[in-house]
Amino acid sequence: MAEMWVNMGPQHPFNHGLWNLRVLMDGETIKYAEPILGYLHRGWEKSMENRTYPQIIPLSDRLCYGSSMSWSHLYCMTMEELFDIEVPERGEYIRVIVLELQRIVSHLLWLMAFGVDLGNLTVMLYVIREREMFLDLLQSITGARMTYNYPRIGGVRNDLPPDFERDCIRAMDYFQGKIDDYEKLCDGSKIFRMRTEGLGVVKPADAINLGLTGPNLRASSVDVDIRRDDPYSVYEEFDFDVCTHDACDTYARYRVRMDEMRVSCDIVKQALEKIPDGPVRVKVPKNAPNKTAVARVEDPRGEGMMYVVGDGTDKPYRLSVRSPVFVYVSAANHMLKGHKIADVPSVMGSIDMCLGETDR
Amino acid sequence: MAEITACSGNLTGLEIADALSKKFAEGVTINSASPRRVYSQVNKEVFLEVCKFMKDELLFDHASLVSGVDRIDRIQAIYHITSYINNCCLMEIVVDLDHEAPEIDSVTPLWEGANYHERETYDMMGIVFKGHPDMRRIFLPDDTKFYPQRKDFKLKEVP
Repeated sequence: MAEMWVNMGPQHPFNHGLWNLRVLMDGETIKYAEPILGYLHRGWEKSMENRTYPQIIPLSDRLCYGSSMSWSHLYCMTMEELFDIEVPERGEYIRVIVLELQRIVSHLLWLMAFGVDLGNLTVMLYVIREREMFLDLLQSITGARMTYNYPRIGGVRNDLPPDFERDCIRAMDYFQGKIDDYEKLCDGSKIFRMRTEGLGVVKPADAINLGLTGPNLRASSVDVDIRRDDPYSVYEEFDFDVCTHDACDTYARYRVRMDEMRVSCDIVKQALEKIPDGPVRVKVPKNAPNKTAVARVEDPRGEGMMYVVGDGTDKPYRLSVRSPVFVYVSAANHMLKGHKIADVPSVMGSIDMCLGETDR
Repeated sequence: MAEITACSGNLTGLEIADALSKKFAEGVTINSASPRRVYSQVNKEVFLEVCKFMKDELLFDHASLVSGVDRIDRIQAIYHITSYINNCCLMEIVVDLDHEAPEIDSVTPLWEGANYHERETYDMMGIVFKGHPDMRRIFLPDDTKFYPQRKDFKLKEVP
């Protein structure tokens, strides 16, 4: 049959955000897939060279609206490395709590989008309902629903509100029952299983070589989690499982995220038990020293990393960002080759796209 | 059971730094090393050999980040490479390049994950990666004539 190029995007129901997937088709079979990026390129890294260090915190929230806390936290962590600052212990515990809440929110947003991709609208409505509960918790701490501007270089902006522990535990207990509901809706659905199992297989060695990280790497049966293996903040203090799955396919990527939400609930509960009293923030100097710094975190989507060059002024000389999704996109051809075009939403939906951090 | 597990190796950052400076007497400078971090400066000539040695002998299996810095008198290519097996160690490699015609060997044949990072660095900083399978611009249109991350490309000052 004649070969044909099909443009999926930049406006297409399956791609969440502005990007284009050019697919070379032979009949219904994909022979080659090429992502086209840049529709959302704002020159983030360059424009940060004109901003002072504190001004960048709210802007790093905008790298990904789905998990903004983890990006502003990563930025602040990199700057603490640069300025050589120790964060007070209570500040670190609060960071872990909000980061894990953010991880749940991000995974729920992903599950919502994934449900819609596969035509399962019920799971979308259920998930969005419970996500609001966690957004309320984050709003009670930070005052905002999605772009929080909460971490600060040297700590966090403010302490936890009164009764937060009670509200949080209550939400967690309620939510853990709700995860069972989602699993019944998805795992129990024959259509969901047919549209996910055996698709987009990435073998463990390939996954590492292609640069996959985070949940997508663990779904390829690689037991790596930066929270455990290269601990930052106070993650050393907690005892938690790293969720992996052997199937290496789209279904495995779904399973890993569902398990991770349970683990995150567990970490938040441990943090609320262990949290010490004390200050949440320290003062920092205005001008950075003349050196470089690098920090990396386990973002909800994968390995987030920032590299900064300080030059003795109050503005960064260069700030460069590693976005996990930027690397996933480059693996599109590997995952899609040989599949049918109807499987594209399932496979590309399972990697959790976010264009804000991909294009920067 | 997971097939590949992190931290199953036994080399720490200090031993990795030691092995590198033994193998490459010239061309590799270790600036500092701790159990999970190694900071190094590598000459352009031996860069690809160092990377091959790191991948094959020291089991560095993941290219985290490739970026560039314009230092006015020279352009630097910065590599962050991770070894999942050896203690989740992160190695930083700084390579100084000529400002007029920055060129360096591509590491994409070793680590496929560096592919888009190298394309982005070419797009933004103008570093040409020799041996890269697809050295085109990635964000900006193909006919763009400038490299926006360089310092001679000025932004408007914020009032």
